[in-house]
Amino acid sequence: MSRAPRASTLLRFAALALLVAFLVTPQSFAPLFAPLTQYGAPPIYDQGNLLTLALAQLGTVCLAAAASTVVAVGLGILVTRASGAQFLPLSRTLVNIGQTFPPVAVLAVAVPLVGFGEKPTLIALFAYGLLPIFENTLVGLRTCPPAVLEAASGMGMSAPQRLFSVELPLAMPLILEGMRLSLVINVGTATIGSTVAAKGLGEVIIAGLLSSNTAFILQGGLLTGLMAILLYDALAALEHRLMRSVSPE
Amino acid sequence: MITVENLSKLYDTTTVVDGVSLAIERNSITAIVGTSGSGKSTLLRMINRLVEPSSGRVLIDGQDTRAEPAYLLRRRIGYVIQGNGLFPHRTVAENIATVPRLLRWDARRIASRVRELLEVFQLDPARYAEALPHQLSGGQQQRVGVARALAAEPGVLLMDEPFGALDPIIRDKAQEDLLAIQARFGTTVVVVTHDMEEAFRLADRVAVMSAGKVLQYDTPAVLLRQPADPFVSRLTGLADRAMRLLSLVTAGEAALPGAAEGPTVAASVSLREVLSQLLWCGAQSARVVDERGVVCGRLTVEAILARGRP
Amino acid sequence: MSASVLSGARPLWAGVRRVDALGTVLVAAGAAALLLLPFVVFKANRIVPGEGRALSEVLPAWGALGCEAALALAAVAALWISAARLRLACALLAVVAVSLAAAAAGDALTPPGNVVVRIAPGAAFWVLMVCLGLLATDATTRLRPGPALRVLFLAATLAVAGLALRYGLFDHLSVMREYAVNATRFAREVQQHLKLAFGSLGAAVLVGLPLGVLCHRVPGLRPGVLGTLNVIQTIPAIALFGILMAPLGALAAAVPLADRLGIRGIGAAPAVVALFLYSLLPIVANTVAGLKRVSRAAVEAAHGMGMTDWQVLTGVELLLALPVILTGIRVVLVQNIGMVTVAALIGGGGLGAFVFQGIGQTAIDLVLLGAIPIVTLAFTSALTLDALVEVMDRVKAENP
Repeated sequence: MSRAPRASTLLRFAALALLVAFLVTPQSFAPLFAPLTQYGAPPIYDQGNLLTLALAQLGTVCLAAAASTVVAVGLGILVTRASGAQFLPLSRTLVNIGQTFPPVAVLAVAVPLVGFGEKPTLIALFAYGLLPIFENTLVGLRTCPPAVLEAASGMGMSAPQRLFSVELPLAMPLILEGMRLSLVINVGTATIGSTVAAKGLGEVIIAGLLSSNTAFILQGGLLTGLMAILLYDALAALEHRLMRSVSPE
Repeated sequence: MITVENLSKLYDTTTVVDGVSLAIERNSITAIVGTSGSGKSTLLRMINRLVEPSSGRVLIDGQDTRAEPAYLLRRRIGYVIQGNGLFPHRTVAENIATVPRLLRWDARRIASRVRELLEVFQLDPARYAEALPHQLSGGQQQRVGVARALAAEPGVLLMDEPFGALDPIIRDKAQEDLLAIQARFGTTVVVVTHDMEEAFRLADRVAVMSAGKVLQYDTPAVLLRQPADPFVSRLTGLADRAMRLLSLVTAGEAALPGAAEGPTVAASVSLREVLSQLLWCGAQSARVVDERGVVCGRLTVEAILARGRP
Repeated sequence: MSASVLSGARPLWAGVRRVDALGTVLVAAGAAALLLLPFVVFKANRIVPGEGRALSEVLPAWGALGCEAALALAAVAALWISAARLRLACALLAVVAVSLAAAAAGDALTPPGNVVVRIAPGAAFWVLMVCLGLLATDATTRLRPGPALRVLFLAATLAVAGLALRYGLFDHLSVMREYAVNATRFAREVQQHLKLAFGSLGAAVLVGLPLGVLCHRVPGLRPGVLGTLNVIQTIPAIALFGILMAPLGALAAAVPLADRLGIRGIGAAPAVVALFLYSLLPIVANTVAGLKRVSRAAVEAAHGMGMTDWQVLTGVELLLALPVILTGIRVVLVQNIGMVTVAALIGGGGLGAFVFQGIGQTAIDLVLLGAIPIVTLAFTSALTLDALVEVMDRVKAENP
């Protein structure tokens, strides 16, 4: 029982170390990738700094996630109040429909509207990131135990007090899970964003595909994969921590 | 006739059932009682081989239960568990038809058997045959569970805390039903319970278990009068064992010849109830009448009290 | 239901006809779009920037008036009518009117015989469609149609749209122009798209179902298997494609048979393998969750009555778990239809080919030629499977 978490922690640190080492000193990995190249093509991506690309992608993802969290949680609160209740059935249906839209389609449609670069990626990430957070906020706020809510009101809490000190804290684990889901999707979509000239590690894979350089494709894939997994993992750990502080059990 | 011979069950190093031997008469009701963890459920589940014994054997009508594959054995043995275990995706009729279908009875025979059982269990076939289990009340679900176990006319019915999830009034009715049905079909019933009251009410013989061993296996009256062990006497209720003895005997069985004064009591009620009634109205004796209303004897307070002595 | 809650909350308003809040938002947005944004965009050819035209500019007076009348009717319904059926009918009527107006604008603006000009629906068209779509969705949500009715409604909508396309109603609009140029390729890419999405789903069900049963029976396996599959899910699609290309390429080079079977580093093979890997998690996880949901008493009773292991698994456990497993299949199918799009980047084909080609050429019409069918496919699968789950889960449906 106690061995499993230790092994996974070890694995986690190894993955992080590998990612950082690759981003900081990519050339030291050149011998590993050299056998994959043909006709003297460079084994390590040389059209941009890997570290800059990774940070740019991380920045885009986090910016979009922050924006979608604010909007989605706000909307979630709005439609669960008595005054917004008539929007509730529609918003639930919209969430269901929205999730059938592939993120790539959202990205593709955004390009002609706002042009190439970061902007369409940000829009697609923002729009698609709304859904999981909104859905989880709804579920979280709507499944608060009625007895707890009644107790809160019975003790004389005002509606905002009840929202901020009871409902939102109880819904927090679910909201965080929604953020994690939306971040994972965002990292993937941001990678594809490289096809519309957004800065990111997807660029390495695209460059590899364009020049048939397997070394580029593989290192791009490994780096994005590592980054996505570590981000997911870090958020899961954060969620776990917060969960424990919300409910000591 | 079920013969349990030196049956044991070990999980790793813990012995759950420890060398149990029992002879269970045909057409009788046997209760296995004990505290939780005493091994009573495991013992029951070894009879239909839901648990395979570590050592020892079980014979049903002289035949070793290991002589055929476990699933074939189980089709000949009814099985009822706490919380009924009805299949939520099948109708009441389909649930009852489960084992007959496994045995490939023809459709007409299955339909008539299902109908018969629904009627026996006071469930209107027109109303309940096509209902899904969740549409039934708790008591009805429990009855369907027993009906399902009896569907293929098994000679043996095993019940594991069958009435544990029912509230007292429904439980009382279910126990009454079980007695009536056992009398009607003549099934050999083995019931596991932790409720001594239930065991005394239902069983011809009671096996008291503790820590995997059977401490005593006897009729209720003997268990009360001559407990083999301090544990047995504690379990059977030291304080009110006299009253329990009285509840084992009916007024009809104890009635003395002759006419009497006082209130009229039915022959089928227990002495305990007669005594209570006499106390209530301050009478010294009662008239016992049978179900046709004919006086069949009398009972005095002294006679009843004598029945409550060891 | 929400209406009654509201009228209960505000008894003062009970007698007065209330203005619908959602309706107000939708009508305001729709009206603003119609007044301020172009209804269609006219381009002399595929590349040059377009110029916007308003509804009244592109249609004959009676046509514009008819379309505006239908929109006004929808607006009245949105604002003051609370009967959901009537709202739905008005919204659908307006959708038809706006679509016909766009088609007519295409016909009117295209000089006879000219195949170079592009007439695309403009921003006002899209905003109107979104508003009307929301109105219709809201009405449908309030009506709570049963699963059969929903599927029927979907089929009818698809049939009407299909017939309109078949008879060339929209042929002068830019997306259909792109279609006309790519017609044979379009059919091929749709086929390829479906083949990739359903093929990997099929493989995932074949492997995932037994794996799920195994995880249920051997709880010790669960964290390892689900954890691994979870990690795979977090890897972005394009990265996983990239990672798989190297080993598959190597396999093709080493084993000529694999190459002949189509297993190569580039093309459909890495896409299918990646989609298969992505699909495993929802199927295994839902199989485990579904089996866990089955009451232990029912399983114990089934064994106790003499069912064989196989009979208990197929007749009781899997049957009871089916709605949850189907939910997993729905998730996978919708996810796959979306992800196959990315496969086009590595030469896997499918409708994504149009999307990425369109991005490359900044041709939104080409993007839409890929994106609209993808969304339609995903939406159709989601709705159909949702309905199926609801029918299957009859125990839950009757006892919510």
